[in-house]
Amino acid sequence: MSERAKDRPEAQQGAPGEAGSAEAHGGAGAGDAQSGGSGGDGGGDGVEAPARIVPPGLPDRGAEYVVLALLALAMLFAVGFIVVYAEYSPAEVPNQLLGVCIGGALGFAALALAVLARRLVVTEELEDDYPQENPREQSEIAQLVHESASRITRRRLLLGAGAATGGVLGLAGLTPVLSLGPLWDTAPLDYSPWRRGRRLVDPHGYPMLASEVEEETFYTAFAEGADREDIASVLVVVRLHPSELRLPKGREGWAPYGILAYSKICTHAGCAVALYRKPRFPVVEAKPALVCPCHYSTFNPATGASVIFGPAGRPLPQLPLMIDPSGHLRAAGDFSGRVGPAWWGVREGPPT
Amino acid sequence: MSRLARTIATRLRGAAGARARWGALSAAALLLAACEGVALAQPRGGVLTPPSQPAKPTVQLGHELFEANCASCHGGLGQGISHPRPGAGDISGAAPSLHGVGAEAADFYLRTGFMPLSNIHAEPSNRRVPFTNKQVEAITDFVASLGAGPAIPHPKPRAGALNSGFELFTEDCAGCHQSLARGGFVTGARVPPLQGVDATEIAEAVRIGPYLMPRFSTKRISDAQLNSIIRYVLSTNRPDNRGGWSIGNLGPIPEGLVAWLAAIALAVLCLGLGRRLRA
Amino acid sequence: MSEPVRDPIQFIDERTAAAPLLKKALRYLFPDHWSFLLGEIALYSFIVLIATGVYLALSFEPSLAKTVYHGPYAPLRGREMSDAYKSVVEMSLTYKAGLLMRQTHHWAADVFMASIVAHLMRVFFTGAYRKPRELTWLIGLALLFTSLLEGYLGYSLVDDLLSGIGLAIGYGVLLSVPLVGGPLGVLLFGAAFPGKGVFESRMYIAHVFIIPALLATLIGAHLALVMARHHTQFKRDARHTQRRLVGVPMFPGQAPRSLALMLAVAAVLFLLGGLVQINPIWQWGPFEPWLGTNGAQPDWYLGWLIGALRLMPSFDVVIGHYTVIPNPFWGGIAFPLVVLAVLAAFPWAERRLTGDRTVHNLADRPREAPNRTAFGVAFLSWIFLVFVFGAADRLYVLFGVSYETLLTVFRVAIWAVPALAFLIVRRLCRELQHADRVEHERELAEQEAARQEAELMRRREPVI
Repeated sequence: MSERAKDRPEAQQGAPGEAGSAEAHGGAGAGDAQSGGSGGDGGGDGVEAPARIVPPGLPDRGAEYVVLALLALAMLFAVGFIVVYAEYSPAEVPNQLLGVCIGGALGFAALALAVLARRLVVTEELEDDYPQENPREQSEIAQLVHESASRITRRRLLLGAGAATGGVLGLAGLTPVLSLGPLWDTAPLDYSPWRRGRRLVDPHGYPMLASEVEEETFYTAFAEGADREDIASVLVVVRLHPSELRLPKGREGWAPYGILAYSKICTHAGCAVALYRKPRFPVVEAKPALVCPCHYSTFNPATGASVIFGPAGRPLPQLPLMIDPSGHLRAAGDFSGRVGPAWWGVREGPPT
Repeated sequence: MSRLARTIATRLRGAAGARARWGALSAAALLLAACEGVALAQPRGGVLTPPSQPAKPTVQLGHELFEANCASCHGGLGQGISHPRPGAGDISGAAPSLHGVGAEAADFYLRTGFMPLSNIHAEPSNRRVPFTNKQVEAITDFVASLGAGPAIPHPKPRAGALNSGFELFTEDCAGCHQSLARGGFVTGARVPPLQGVDATEIAEAVRIGPYLMPRFSTKRISDAQLNSIIRYVLSTNRPDNRGGWSIGNLGPIPEGLVAWLAAIALAVLCLGLGRRLRA
Repeated sequence: MSEPVRDPIQFIDERTAAAPLLKKALRYLFPDHWSFLLGEIALYSFIVLIATGVYLALSFEPSLAKTVYHGPYAPLRGREMSDAYKSVVEMSLTYKAGLLMRQTHHWAADVFMASIVAHLMRVFFTGAYRKPRELTWLIGLALLFTSLLEGYLGYSLVDDLLSGIGLAIGYGVLLSVPLVGGPLGVLLFGAAFPGKGVFESRMYIAHVFIIPALLATLIGAHLALVMARHHTQFKRDARHTQRRLVGVPMFPGQAPRSLALMLAVAAVLFLLGGLVQINPIWQWGPFEPWLGTNGAQPDWYLGWLIGALRLMPSFDVVIGHYTVIPNPFWGGIAFPLVVLAVLAAFPWAERRLTGDRTVHNLADRPREAPNRTAFGVAFLSWIFLVFVFGAADRLYVLFGVSYETLLTVFRVAIWAVPALAFLIVRRLCRELQHADRVEHERELAEQEAARQEAELMRRREPVI
């Protein structure tokens, strides 16, 4: 690597004998590669001192003091961090003070180095070659490979066999990944805990009385006895006036007294449909809707939770309801469709 | 950058720039017209008050204020108008009946400023409260006299528990109001933030279900539960922000803005460390 | 006589023969421009991530087993939550420097992603991805997308309400992969969402070991390639050519500057970690699949995906009973894949379109490549507008322009604005080039005039 030093305007010529801040041995002069020179360290046995690699520069005592001051500040802040950490009890330790201490320590150290870089170090501007292509080595390698195969007569066959072995070995190596879980199991996506007769319970576990379900509000419900975190278990229950219902064909009777139950899991990407809007004055205000807070898919409960706004491609599955002799709400069957975000088989056949 | 400015300046100068100047002028004129149009589309504000008002609020005063400011939509006796018909000026009046809504509803809507509404299709806003407290009391008394209805509630948030309040709020309210009651959006309406809202107002809103908000009766949310919820909402005025500057308690959006500001600040630092093209 | 500097070097060289390599490394040249330091900001953020990450990994409990909180934070007392969430709440509220480490780690991740994007833009607009640096570019893209995943997994480990909602959406997007999405989701989660907790431990090991190892390897390869080909340079004067590089040596010139930058990055990140709150998970509460909150957002670097998901009109591609392409596919998978594909193919596409297959060691000023710059601005504005729409609900709350209106406006704008931007930026680049040329010619003319004047003066003065 050749070097031809060309000084930046900041680097000054050093007087003979002054070491500047560079660590070269001896040598005065304009930074040219030349031997000789007076003073310097090393040498002394009569051998010529080597030429300077890094050009000399004038000292800057002011900058040195600044660097020292900054380093002192950095140390102060670092000590501060230790003191603050030790001083406060865990519940009271002020996060802001800790952050300022360690951030300040690092920051002042950074500033010190920056001052060093600009004022106390010679910033050279050197030249070098960009690496070029190596056509000779390229052809030599190609030749190497080619000649190494000179004893082989069935080149293509052996190569093919090698590649095939590598492929199959790789497959074999990857196969244990399948133990991560079932390879092609969609049963969990079909599963639902709802059967005819299963009771609805509120978030505290109490069965829901139909008479306590009011209009103009919404309820979260679960399948009694099922895991609450099972996304097929959770429902949103609302009540509309029966005259407002326009349910799809075949769902007559799914909403006794206008009480409707839909899966609370959005059919778009799986968030909980946690918003409900209802008009105080239906003459001018928007009709009732279940809304998902993630991408604002909006479902109309009066028409079987069909999508009226937003990106969801599928209505919320509806759960048919019935009221048992004691007045509690029970499922009258399973959902109208699979629960949750869409996938290949989400619309396939009746759910289990 | 100065070269950029010079280029644009050169383009606008001279004979060749005449077309560009006209273009800029007409664009400015269009912009001004658009602004005027938007301004004109804003609903009008202001209320009418009788020339002389008694010292204490009375049902009589309330009736007069109601006649002047509410009757065009709610009907002279608060019976409601369900088929909008054009009234005085360009006000098209329609509103629900106020019989049986009680002092609770009147107090809520008037003290917050959600009512009166100058345009029945506009979203109610709590930005301005046009009535004085005395006037609000008077109208509330009048509306309460229109039929037996719920009184102004007196919640006791100190009797509530912060932890159950947080849990209940997350279950029933956060979907619209956001976990820290910073407000949000539901299709068709803006959901207001709840900072600076007092306990009575919260209780009223929960029990009334104003505008598009669901209505939660005592069967749905008991008084004890409501106390807890209100206690939690009041605590959102001063959340536990021990991590530092909370940047609005809104989550990743302001956080991302700050991250980019920090990255830009570091890039500016690089400007100090490295060279520029035209140093 | 012992020498404090030479002795250790001799020690190392005697045992490793590394002195020539060391000398070469110490005098490796860095072309000097401030924008070449943006990648270093990313590198140093990564170091802070590792350092703070070790602390967090030692304190975090990667288990979704249910427990009850009985700690000092009143709003969560008695609440059922997972071990994972509880460990992070305790780390934040009861460990002495826990919150500082958590917040610094999270800020470092956000700034890491921002600096990668800034660095990518610099590389793109200066044409530094061209031959012979296409591999470096591809590795950089791999770093970008792997880091996106790493960040997502990192904040989803906590099992708070905000990130749990994000994980549900991730599951929904996974399911939207045509044909195999359903079984793929079940394979990764071990069951339907949220699964029995097996996904948590998979996220954990991916986030603290597998992906960081991958990132470190990719970063190493990226840096090695940069060093092997040497960095590009701007043509500042006649010395800067395709074959000849002018720069600052690593030592003593560049090293203190880079170290200063590293300490500055660490300083900024720790200052943020102490002074500006980020991801206060105790305020969100634990995640349950039936809970939601308004304004749930992913971290900023995934905002382009939520914007895309929200912009899509409502349809699933259905053939018979089979849902071939569920809706989230377009915004969650197709959109990022298109972006990745365009960026990855760009070096070769540009070669095809311009016919320029030569080696480029000189960096372009953006104006010198009007078509590339215009395309870059247009492409970025497309992504940026989608990203902005992801926050449209908050824009509505702030500025009052209805979400439905914004939806319509943006559906048009994301196509119209990039097209317009392309035309405008290209025109601007050409104008700037023209102005440069005029300026240059004027300078030459002035020099010529001055020279002629001097010549004239010389002739008038008789030499005595």
